[in-house]
Amino acid sequence: MDLYQELILDHSKNPVNHGLREPFEGESHQVNPTCGDEVTLRVHLSGTGADAVVEDVSYDSMGCSISVASASILAEEVTGGSVEHARATYEAMRSMLTSKGEDPGDEDVIGDGVALAGVAKYPARVKCALLSWAAFTDALYKAEGATQ
Amino acid sequence: MSAAPFTDEELARLRADFPILSRTVRGGHPLVYLDSGATSHKPTVVLDAERHFYEHTNAAVHRGAHQLSEEGTDAYESARATIARFIGAQPTEVVFTRNATEALNLVAYAFTNGTHGGGGGRGDRFSLRPGDEVLVTEMEHHANLIPWQEACRRTGATLRWVPVTADGKLDLTDLDSLLTERTKVFAFTHVSNVLGTLNPVRELAEKAHAVGALAVLDACQSVPHLPVDVTELGVDLLAYSGHKMFGPLGVGVLWGRAELLDEMPVFLTGGSMIETVTMESATYAPVPQKFEAGVPVAAQAVGLAAACDYLTALGMDRVHAHEQAVTERLLRGLAERPFVHVLGPADLRDRGGAVAFAVDGVHPHDVGQVLDDRGVEVRVGHHCAWPLHRALRVPSSTRASFAAYTTPGEVDALLEALDRVPAVFGTEVPA
Repeated sequence: MDLYQELILDHSKNPVNHGLREPFEGESHQVNPTCGDEVTLRVHLSGTGADAVVEDVSYDSMGCSISVASASILAEEVTGGSVEHARATYEAMRSMLTSKGEDPGDEDVIGDGVALAGVAKYPARVKCALLSWAAFTDALYKAEGATQ
Repeated sequence: MSAAPFTDEELARLRADFPILSRTVRGGHPLVYLDSGATSHKPTVVLDAERHFYEHTNAAVHRGAHQLSEEGTDAYESARATIARFIGAQPTEVVFTRNATEALNLVAYAFTNGTHGGGGGRGDRFSLRPGDEVLVTEMEHHANLIPWQEACRRTGATLRWVPVTADGKLDLTDLDSLLTERTKVFAFTHVSNVLGTLNPVRELAEKAHAVGALAVLDACQSVPHLPVDVTELGVDLLAYSGHKMFGPLGVGVLWGRAELLDEMPVFLTGGSMIETVTMESATYAPVPQKFEAGVPVAAQAVGLAAACDYLTALGMDRVHAHEQAVTERLLRGLAERPFVHVLGPADLRDRGGAVAFAVDGVHPHDVGQVLDDRGVEVRVGHHCAWPLHRALRVPSSTRASFAAYTTPGEVDALLEALDRVPAVFGTEVPA
């Protein structure tokens, strides 16, 4: 099955930077109501405006391999980068995942995220892959409000 | 002598009646549909009956006096008689709804309306006030839980529930302290949609009646799968859906004892359900019309009647025997696989044809995906029974559920596909 690439299984078994940590300025809890999967995700920022940097993404993810791997890839791709880069990564991930397989994803923008390209062909699983990203954008919004 | 499962020949003939069963999925795999607990497929006779109604008698039934309206009304009421007969009921005791969820909401809203003296009800039986209690169970489908949560919220009544045991049966140890003279309704399921647990309906209904409570039964997972006679169950009200028993989508049934339906306040109001109307108020039609506001779901009712006739011709005792045999085959197969754990009763006598299970170290969504890759379609998630999964300490589960058309070969296909799961996710236990 091309859905479960080795990279996804690796991320789901050993999720990058998992666990909830302090400090953080924004936190979000998201649930997938069809299966009960949950993710709690925290964002720690430094700087404001164009200089804002994602210092840490910490999370507790309870779900399928796709949702855990997606959270892990998120943490790997956006931690240490600018907020602007994080948003661009989110947009590229969302675009790929909702493309029904048309958009293969750009490795230069989303890194290991391209391993999730196969998910786009399974509409029922797209929500699994987007769950942590929804938590991230929500937590980021809260964190930006808190740091202004 | 008890009824026998269908022979291979009978099964082949039966399956030919369901056009969808011959399609392929996911790149050419034959469809192995093991999700009939969610919705069943439809035989040609049901599709033809619905189409015939639209092609020949389409009309807004119980309205107008032209020929089509007369014929449409006749078709609708004949369907009601067939559907009533199927569960041992009288036609005036059968109310058509859009689905079982609406049927259960109808009852919950009847209590709310009765509390406020509305809905044209009589007596005080259908009312809920602070101090009153509604009893449900922890294994209910959300459709038999949330309507009662909301009814309690609206009226100040208290919701209580019977817990489940670790093996997925109702824990009746403290039933006498849960079911008291304060209880006005005891709402429970006949067969669990997740675990297949078969509940002791008669006993529970008798206990409800002993304290003056009404017994409301969710029969969605029993009416399609085993012989159900409302006169033997002892409950007061019973709801089920048409689409899980080879009928069309969009039609459900509420059955109730005639004198109760007569007393019961209405839920949805509008056209078709009235007796007289002035600008200030209205009086309502007799049962069952007073519960059927709006243009009725006539074509769907006609389709459901065709489904009842189809099941009657198969013989519900044989349908049940067949599903039991298939369930036993799956339970035996799962027991041979140490990486799988069945949720719910292990004994065939305590269960119906829905089997939920957990696979060690693999999330149900991932299990379902690997099965789906081979055309094996099961349900994954919490199956609209989130509290039950919490009680069993699993976030969600994988469920296979059966119908008359399920073959032993399909069970084997599920087991074979399941054997791929540990390898895909690297969760194999070293030998």
